[in-house]
Amino acid sequence: MRTKGLGYYAGRVLFYALVVFIVIYSVFPFYWAVISSFKTSDALFSSNPSFLPIPFTLTHYQNVFSGAAFGRNLLNSLIVAGGATLICLVLGVMAAYALGRLRFPPKNAVLYIVLAMTMFPQVSVLSGMFVLLRETGLFNTHAGLILSYLLFTLPFTVWVLTGYFRGLPRELEEAAYVDGATPIQTLLQVMLPLTGPGLVTTGLLAFIAAWNEYLFALTFTIGNNVRTVPVAIASFGGATPFEIPWGSIMAASVVVTVPLVILVLVFQQRIVAGLTAGAVKG
Amino acid sequence: MLTVRQTRLAWLLVLPTLLVVAFVAGYPLAQVFYYSFHRADISFVEPTEFVGFKNYLFLLQDPDFRGALWNTLRFTFVSVFLETVLGLAIALVIHSNFKGRGIVRAAILIPWAIPTVVSAKMWQWMLNDIYGVINVILVNTGLVANKIAFLANPNTVLWAMVAVDVWKTTPFMALLLLAGLQLIPSDIYEAADIDGASKWQQFWTLTLPLLTPALVVALIFRTLDALRVFDVIFVMVGVNTATRSLAIYNRQTLIDFQDLGYGSTVSVAILVIIFIFVFLYMRVAGRGVRGED
Repeated sequence: MRTKGLGYYAGRVLFYALVVFIVIYSVFPFYWAVISSFKTSDALFSSNPSFLPIPFTLTHYQNVFSGAAFGRNLLNSLIVAGGATLICLVLGVMAAYALGRLRFPPKNAVLYIVLAMTMFPQVSVLSGMFVLLRETGLFNTHAGLILSYLLFTLPFTVWVLTGYFRGLPRELEEAAYVDGATPIQTLLQVMLPLTGPGLVTTGLLAFIAAWNEYLFALTFTIGNNVRTVPVAIASFGGATPFEIPWGSIMAASVVVTVPLVILVLVFQQRIVAGLTAGAVKG
Repeated sequence: MLTVRQTRLAWLLVLPTLLVVAFVAGYPLAQVFYYSFHRADISFVEPTEFVGFKNYLFLLQDPDFRGALWNTLRFTFVSVFLETVLGLAIALVIHSNFKGRGIVRAAILIPWAIPTVVSAKMWQWMLNDIYGVINVILVNTGLVANKIAFLANPNTVLWAMVAVDVWKTTPFMALLLLAGLQLIPSDIYEAADIDGASKWQQFWTLTLPLLTPALVVALIFRTLDALRVFDVIFVMVGVNTATRSLAIYNRQTLIDFQDLGYGSTVSVAILVIIFIFVFLYMRVAGRGVRGED
């Protein structure tokens, strides 16, 4: 057996250097936001910033939550993202079961419509959506924002869930029919429990997309009653344009991001599977 | 008997989705087309008036639209190119077997999970001309003599936007390409090893051609996404001719200028541009698949 040469070890070192670079590149900006949120203002605006939050302070978090607005923005985001997720899951399961398992002649036409919608730029219906929300009186309401979010959450959900339903074994369904179950009973009692993991994944992805949405939230809301967190963070200002409260902005950013990061890391495998299922099946 | 009942049930189940699609996509889209041929303001103070192709003729000679288109194209080409190269490198790293690949995969999911608005704010702080950590590192390591106002200088600001977008969206690219890599059977590499092909040769002659379908899908998704860029630019620099993208110009005409008619025309133009890209990719993808047969 040949001993491993110098080239091998040089290669390994380079490889691990690349690995370390990827990890630092991915994590550093978030790390910097977190430590900035815990720094005192003096430490934040120092010409030689420290890479650790010393001295440590919670002032910025207190500032963020001292006004009523940010709590309200968080609640709005929860209502809107939660509402949009719930509706698109219910509608999505129904449609995906029909498209994935039932005899339905215009199946491909419907799937193409759904696929075309996922490619469609949000901004190109901005004016039409504005008119729609005005006409229905839903402008600057949670319901209006939820409705507009279905534009991008629903097609994605239908698309991915159809894939999940297709992947289930036919025997289960047939056994249910032999036992005399109706298609609806089959869906609710046999198929739905099996798509649980798919529902979690698509629900999470829809929730994240709605939670992060900015353009519609910015355009279809006025004031803090309906305004969601991304709009609030983007418009965080100081007393004058020159005093940007970076500590508070970073604290607010950490508050909205930490739950997402935890969710994503916990459901890592499923999210990766869901993301790639959404894209690769196209 | 069962099939007739099944078809009827299927219609019932699909109907709510179709109604929602008609309501949130069909109707607004019809409105956009309608108003693109009219003069109208968004608060409907002035009466709406049919003007034929007047808005479209204006669009063709609108220097602001052309500027926004040029910015969007530069942003899209450069960021998608960098994301592809970087995403492929990351995908290859995660695909190879080594201790700690789980950590790398978890780490790259962090930029993906962060809301675009938040990532824009984080980078705006890091790129700050006086207190930003990037300037501190550049000056302390002697890479530059003086701090750079990345976001105020019209020559650097668009590339700063590209850098932020690349950081945020490379993970998605990497995950799609990783899924593609996992579909390639490993025995062909064993055969190539026996034939004495180097890793480098294997990458160009086996990996890349077999990865093409996944690459095309990833490119389509990312290109369409980059063409409608709004959040990162709007949050970091607002409306500014050096970085104004099509989506930003569209919102500006509609909301800031209150011009429902011309704003709708800009929307139609964006839609057409996106469809041109979809069409081109489909052609290229179709040819690629046929070429392999």
